[in-house]
Amino acid sequence: MAALTKEETEALIQEVLEIYPAQAKKDRAKHLAVNDQSLEKSNKCITSNRKSQPGVMTIRGCAYAGSKGVVWGPIKDMIHISHGPVGCGQYSRAGRRNYYVGTTGINTFGTMNFTSDFTEKDIVFGGDKKLAKIMTEIEQLFPLNKGISIQSECPIGLIGDDIEAVAKKANKEIGKPVVPVRCEGFRGVSQSLGHHIANDAIRDWVLENRDGDESFPTTPYDVAVIGDYNIGGDAWASRTLLEEMGLRVVAQWSGDGTIAEMEKTPKVKLNLIHCYRSMNYIARHMEEKYKIPWIEYNFFGPTKIAESLRKIAALFDETIQAGAEKVIAKYQAEYDAVIAKYKPRLQGKRVMLYVGGLRPRHVIGAYEDLGMEVVGTGYEFGHNDDYDRTIKEMGNATLIYDDVTGYEFEEFVKRVQPDLIGSGIKEKYIFQKMGIPFRQMHSWDYSGPYHGYDGFAIFARDMDMTLNNPCWKQVKVPWKTDDTSKVAVAAGA
Amino acid sequence: MPSVMLKKNAEGKLVFYVPKKDLEEVAETVEFDTPEKWGGEVLLSDGSKYYFEPIDGQPDFPVTLRAKRIDSGE
Repeated sequence: MAALTKEETEALIQEVLEIYPAQAKKDRAKHLAVNDQSLEKSNKCITSNRKSQPGVMTIRGCAYAGSKGVVWGPIKDMIHISHGPVGCGQYSRAGRRNYYVGTTGINTFGTMNFTSDFTEKDIVFGGDKKLAKIMTEIEQLFPLNKGISIQSECPIGLIGDDIEAVAKKANKEIGKPVVPVRCEGFRGVSQSLGHHIANDAIRDWVLENRDGDESFPTTPYDVAVIGDYNIGGDAWASRTLLEEMGLRVVAQWSGDGTIAEMEKTPKVKLNLIHCYRSMNYIARHMEEKYKIPWIEYNFFGPTKIAESLRKIAALFDETIQAGAEKVIAKYQAEYDAVIAKYKPRLQGKRVMLYVGGLRPRHVIGAYEDLGMEVVGTGYEFGHNDDYDRTIKEMGNATLIYDDVTGYEFEEFVKRVQPDLIGSGIKEKYIFQKMGIPFRQMHSWDYSGPYHGYDGFAIFARDMDMTLNNPCWKQVKVPWKTDDTSKVAVAAGA
Repeated sequence: MPSVMLKKNAEGKLVFYVPKKDLEEVAETVEFDTPEKWGGEVLLSDGSKYYFEPIDGQPDFPVTLRAKRIDSGE
């Protein structure tokens, strides 16, 4: 199907909005837009970071998900207590595939679930005593932990427990950092506020731990990788490139990261931000307090990688700049071969994305390297500054949707008819049943890494594997069957 | 009275960031911008205007300062 024109896209948005009651229609209209590259600022065309409409299917998470799941969870040598009822911790356990090195249960705890397992009694009488007790138990059972963070679930804020006091007391007793995080799920409109709260907790309880301690030997080439959660090994694929060009990666925030690395971050010369949305707060804070500059970079697809490597190198001396060119040249044969193999199979295919964080704009370059086109994109929990950065990456007259509802997304897909959709697990089976190839782009559909040159090869293979899978020819989609009975046809039957 | 984080970008222009509003904007003009005195009215590229209490000497950028909003530019 040919690409939609600007008018057609606008008409499509209006058509989709038709079903809503007047008030909801007015509100949702602000969140859907047709991309116009001539705009400098996104607030002219799209509203973001607002409360979802009651009654629609939103795909967002909560503040606890933003703090425990995204920012704190991957710090491997700390124990993160999901403080409250058991479900929040259990159902989010290990789902994000933040890989790490270490022996789980001995010196690393990434995939384990620690919870205070609230019952009625704790809600009525308060859970502070229980929290103090489990921290003592943790210290006995897992003596090699390097610290504890307390991730609040909704009831903690509702019943007014004083977790800060418990944390301070425990910190004195066990002599390790104990960080209370006020990330109750009801705070904010999405997981985005959870990222902010988690960043603030790091700022207040971790970052200044080594201020005035100059014992850590520094070099002029020290950098920190911030906002890379090592999903399927992403941070490792990124780190090797930075190290090959001559930089020293002091800290990984927070995929495969440790608390010691975080404490050393104020000593670095430059902060490299991959996921802007979840970690820009701490980068801005470090810039102000420690005068550490930060830049955003993008390690998806060879074009963007080369661009980013050169941008990073420009902030250092000639040895690093030469190093960057050497790295790009070294991998050229490798990525040229990937493109030569997969581009003919993927050329001209159209993709719709709906993810969170950095991906709605960062992966566009990787798709373009494979000759594919992104015809719609949107953020679950993006803010205006994310959309500012997206407008230039997307083609004109493409769809942009903020906090898209289940209904809108399905209608857009039915009309735009993309060849591939990249979104989350909740959307996956709906679209597969509609006969459209789908990649789960939150945790790379159990694959990865996708960052770096190594990741690009895997990315290209995965997209080809999904798109050109013969099973899609076997699926009859409801709108192509001539009889009116809309019987769902199982995929790959 | 928003808290504003100010920094200089690569071109030496003032970048204005209001965390609460996700407002990231380049300042077009600063009323007083000399080594002796800094502050006054700041006009942003989106047309809005803010006011900083003038101070003696340049602040040490990046820095967070309180600003008064004069004109939203809409």
